[in-house]
Amino acid sequence: MPLLEVSNLIVRYGAIEALHGVSLSVEQGQIATLIGCNGAGKSTTLRAVSGLLKPAKGSIRFDGKEITGVAPHEIVRLGVAHSPEGRGVFPQMTVDENLDLGAFARPRSEKDQIRKDREKSLDLFPRLRERLKQLAGTLSGGEQQMLAMARALLARPRLLLLDEPSLGLAPQVVQTIFQIIRDINAAGTTILLVEQNAHMALKVAHHGYVLETGRIAMSDSARVLEASDEVRKAYLGIG
Amino acid sequence: MNGRAWKNMASSDANLLSLITASRPGAAPTLLRSALPVVVIVALAVMAQVVLKGLLGGYYADLAITIGVNIVLAVSLTIVNGFTGQFSMGHAGFLAVGGYVSGAVTYYFSLTQWGSAAAAGGRLSGMPLSTEGLAWLGAGDVLFPVALLIGGLVSALLGLAVGLPSLRLRGDYLAIVTLGFGEIIRVVIQQSGPALKTPEAAEQAGVLGMATGLGGALGFGGLPKYTSLFWVVLFAGLTMLVAYRIKTSTSGRAMLSVREDEIAAEAMGVNTTRTKVWAFVIAAFFAGIAGGLYAHKLGVALGPVDAGFQRSFDIIIMVVLGGLGSISGAALAAVVVTMLPEYLRAVADYRMIIFALALILMMILRPKGLLGVREVWDADLWRGLFRRGKSAKGGGK
Repeated sequence: MPLLEVSNLIVRYGAIEALHGVSLSVEQGQIATLIGCNGAGKSTTLRAVSGLLKPAKGSIRFDGKEITGVAPHEIVRLGVAHSPEGRGVFPQMTVDENLDLGAFARPRSEKDQIRKDREKSLDLFPRLRERLKQLAGTLSGGEQQMLAMARALLARPRLLLLDEPSLGLAPQVVQTIFQIIRDINAAGTTILLVEQNAHMALKVAHHGYVLETGRIAMSDSARVLEASDEVRKAYLGIG
Repeated sequence: MNGRAWKNMASSDANLLSLITASRPGAAPTLLRSALPVVVIVALAVMAQVVLKGLLGGYYADLAITIGVNIVLAVSLTIVNGFTGQFSMGHAGFLAVGGYVSGAVTYYFSLTQWGSAAAAGGRLSGMPLSTEGLAWLGAGDVLFPVALLIGGLVSALLGLAVGLPSLRLRGDYLAIVTLGFGEIIRVVIQQSGPALKTPEAAEQAGVLGMATGLGGALGFGGLPKYTSLFWVVLFAGLTMLVAYRIKTSTSGRAMLSVREDEIAAEAMGVNTTRTKVWAFVIAAFFAGIAGGLYAHKLGVALGPVDAGFQRSFDIIIMVVLGGLGSISGAALAAVVVTMLPEYLRAVADYRMIIFALALILMMILRPKGLLGVREVWDADLWRGLFRRGKSAKGGGK
């Protein structure tokens, strides 16, 4: 059974239908990626999964449990963490305080475990450790992305939703971020990755979905997609 | 082990240490630590009444009481407008509710039980210190805080009733709803019947008659005058203490996160609606207390105007001026905003113009208010002040 199973998801913004029946699934322990152009509905799909948007129709099942229409703060407690697009760090708070909020949904009894997870997160992002007392708004774009990911990890998610982690970052930093995504996955966290950088995304992912104007246009293993002519032409700028 | 790894370890140890010392169990020290500020506040309140009042003299002591009431109002609104970033424009509505409810309790209780609505307080509630044989606290000094508490609770309940439906609204819409709430309170008070003057009339009218006999448009006169420097310092101190405890707690962190980025806050697992409603209820409670203090202050005739938007704006000015989210900033601004018009009396008719200009100038020079989110005792605030040019650029928005 896949960890996440989305079927026939329809999401509307007012009268405009953004997703016309999206179906996808993410296997336990894998990285799945959702690639596509601007406005294809990638972020919308993630937001529906984490409960930030209420779908008009369709079903979302996490670990076999129906979570369609469940409030976002409940979904976090079930084990889905969302690192939102544009990073969504709290700019007027320190790095330290941002990280604390990452563990907000966890009970106080896990205090010791949270402290350990915090250290693990900081080991993954040593840059953040140097800047614990700095306001998050004054970090560079790459550091903010690292903070958003470290913070999401502190929720101890079973499924991590990453929305465009490479957005607006220097190529070198993008490499680092994707390496860390691999590391997080290797440590056992299942990841659903939304990316415009199809090249990088398909390199780290096991499975890929191509989203085109609210519909899944292609679905295959990341290797196959990377090699397919259509994807190479439309998203990788090759051929 | 290389140098950097060692440094990392050292800093993580320091982190660990601070976590341990901050959360070390052991009931006695914890209890002591949490009771200590309260003891200090009570001591300060007694000193304010016994020592400070004499030093200040009548006029300034009176001004200090007004300042204290305004501190309670500004700090309580800081919890909503500052911490959670919701723009509430009806805070005076809660002030009026607290004032009228606690006023009705003290007035009609005194009238029916003691035969007169005059204050029956002791030396701490403003009776002259020289009074022969008068106790520090009288029977009225039990009635008064109980009445304040009832006023606060009714106000908080109303906060819940208003907050539940309206805090799903954002920005301008919430502002309009809260503004409307204040106006509704004002109109309802205006429609109340005349206050009952004698014990017999009150007995005859019954509880319902008393509850609706609030003086109408003329105002609720004749309330017993209990509010003294003691009570004001006590409640201003407690309000600031509670606000500070909230700000530094996990739920306070949740409130601030709602202000910073509501969607990210939800993604962190913060129940944003509940957080906002809680902030609203707590703020309404303390505004109700402030209303009670105001209603029982010498020289005040509580009237429907006190629920009006002019009053709400005055409180908002204090919060914005102090820096959205700063408790000490709001308190400081309450002092400035209360005193400035008094000192500008010399220029008579022009004083409100000068006052307005001072506010505009202030917002140009320090757009984040006096202190921003920081508190007076935060070290980085002072560092920031000394490197203003740099921090102003780094501030972003």
